[in-house]
Amino acid sequence: MNLAEGVQIVSFIILSVAVIVAALGVVLSPNVVYAAFLLGGVFISISGLYLLLNASFVAAAQVLIYVGAVNVLILFAIMLVNKREDFKPVKYAWVRKAVTGAVCAGLFLLLGTTIITTPWAFSTATSVGDDAIYLIAEHFFSDFLLPFELASVLLLMALVGAIVLARRDFLPDTALASDQDNLRLPERPRELVAAAKAEQSSTY
Amino acid sequence: MQLQYFLLLAAALFCIGVYGLVTSRNAVRVLMSIELMLNAVNINLMAFSNYLDPALIKGQIFAVFVITVAAAEAAVGLAILLAIYRNRDTVDMEQFNLLKW
Repeated sequence: MNLAEGVQIVSFIILSVAVIVAALGVVLSPNVVYAAFLLGGVFISISGLYLLLNASFVAAAQVLIYVGAVNVLILFAIMLVNKREDFKPVKYAWVRKAVTGAVCAGLFLLLGTTIITTPWAFSTATSVGDDAIYLIAEHFFSDFLLPFELASVLLLMALVGAIVLARRDFLPDTALASDQDNLRLPERPRELVAAAKAEQSSTY
Repeated sequence: MQLQYFLLLAAALFCIGVYGLVTSRNAVRVLMSIELMLNAVNINLMAFSNYLDPALIKGQIFAVFVITVAAAEAAVGLAILLAIYRNRDTVDMEQFNLLKW
């Protein structure tokens, strides 16, 4: 990035304020749908920060993967478990929140003092800039080849595992009698626990 | 521009993620907090890559791997969430105590 120092600082301040405010919104907002959309804002602002750090390829990957895949997946999950329920209040909930807040503030102070007091060994080499994508490809196919292939195996495992976990249960007692039934997916017919429960409670 | 600014921002984001992870009742929000923490780690890696290792940019490689693992984690985590919602009919973290007693 060939930006002047002042422009970089101003954009860093804007992006970091956006990140912090949106992240607080994700954690504190009472509506989980708003939280999911604010999470998308966090991801896009972080992608802007990557651009400030001379990493255009990873910034593009961040937008594609996080906003395009992970955030959409989270929104779909919210839609699938779309149930407006008021959680039963727990005793001493405020104690838990206060203790967690204190621990997080302490963790931040600890990290902050470590960051400020550590003498960082800054490099004087010039940044590779937009040639980073060639360098990343070279790394992937030379010294990081094994982790790269393992990542592909991991993605395949996650794909299969997610499908297996999210499928409805197999009912073994509905026997696969005729040949034409063999072509159907062995799944429980679409009656959900919620529907059964509602029926039960209405009969009382 | 200083390395420390980015590291402080990442530390703040990580602490917000920890707070959300512990205090949230909704299971989807817990997964979102995990994503926030993973992104804080990514900011750290990219800042180190730019300021301490600008010639070999190994931090960017690690960030790409972290993004990969985060995508896999989100997929499996949300599948687990759907399965547990089907069994327990709730997304309240307080009621997921199958392994507790």
